[in-house]
Amino acid sequence: MQTEDMRLDGNAAGGPLRELFAMDMTAAMATCSGCGTARAVGALLEYGHEMGLILRCPHCNMPVLRMVRTPRFLRLDVTGLSFIAIDEPVS
Amino acid sequence: MTDAEPAAPPARLEWRVATVVGVRDETPSTRTLVLDVPEWPGHRAGQHVDVRLVAEDGYQAQRSYSIASPPESANVELTIECIKDAEVSPYLHDVLQVGDGVEIRGPIGGYFVWEVQQRGPLLLVAGGSGIVPLMAMLRHRAHSATAEQARSPVHLLYSARTADDIIYREELEAIAKSAGVSVFITLTRDAPAGWTGYRRRIDRAMLEEVAWRPARNTRAFVCGPTPLVEATANLLVDIGYDAKRVRTERFGPTG
Repeated sequence: MQTEDMRLDGNAAGGPLRELFAMDMTAAMATCSGCGTARAVGALLEYGHEMGLILRCPHCNMPVLRMVRTPRFLRLDVTGLSFIAIDEPVS
Repeated sequence: MTDAEPAAPPARLEWRVATVVGVRDETPSTRTLVLDVPEWPGHRAGQHVDVRLVAEDGYQAQRSYSIASPPESANVELTIECIKDAEVSPYLHDVLQVGDGVEIRGPIGGYFVWEVQQRGPLLLVAGGSGIVPLMAMLRHRAHSATAEQARSPVHLLYSARTADDIIYREELEAIAKSAGVSVFITLTRDAPAGWTGYRRRIDRAMLEEVAWRPARNTRAFVCGPTPLVEATANLLVDIGYDAKRVRTERFGPTG
């Protein structure tokens, strides 16, 4: 189901994405391969479901990132993602 | 390449069992859990944790909850809104007691976060329990030096259904008296006699009165139910805010 009421944002994907990435991804800038729009992952639109989550581009609605978990595998589909840019922490 | 030691890899985000060390009723439908989390690495204002419940048959339910306590606090406080017939929040709200354990992982998030060192005017807009991460920001600001506070004046606009639904009401009233903070509350259903605040949903006219103008250098954080967040963010852009400086966090209805 992908109704408006069920729509959250990439902030809610922060925990699940940390299962795959070594650092926080919500502040990373994701560029959509459909329209070229760059947005923080936290600002993407999230549609959660029982088996995982979909992050969509707020500009063109392209699925930028899909994460699906089954009893046997974890699948990350980034077909809709051109690249991710992460600020280097200033230390 | 040099002979330098390779940097330690960032710590994995592990599930830990937190212990409930305090419970505070906030409103008829919300309560705050004070958690002692072993080896808590500290957090930033605006971050959240994931909470996981596992049934005896192995079924798992997982939800995200914003942290209400400031980075300066040793404990982690979560304010839970009880959503009827939901899977997770009724357990956290009605069943969990002091001394009980609950599985959490965190802190999570680097987008919807604010630190007093960032300076500049702050516009906070909350709907319902969307006040929780913004409260962590206000509490964080209150812990900072007077000079730092002066560089980060705050306007908070908070939309609640009725006066009884205002979370942290007394604390907000106290914070509103401190220098550089203005609190505006709007009630969307019922208002008590003598109520002097707003009495309608957030709209453009309200934002024009409350929001910092001009918007330059202002950071805006908007948190609450999806329709409120999206409407508010769009209106802020309409009245001159740079979309990149309007950060949003949508709270879902699933609880």
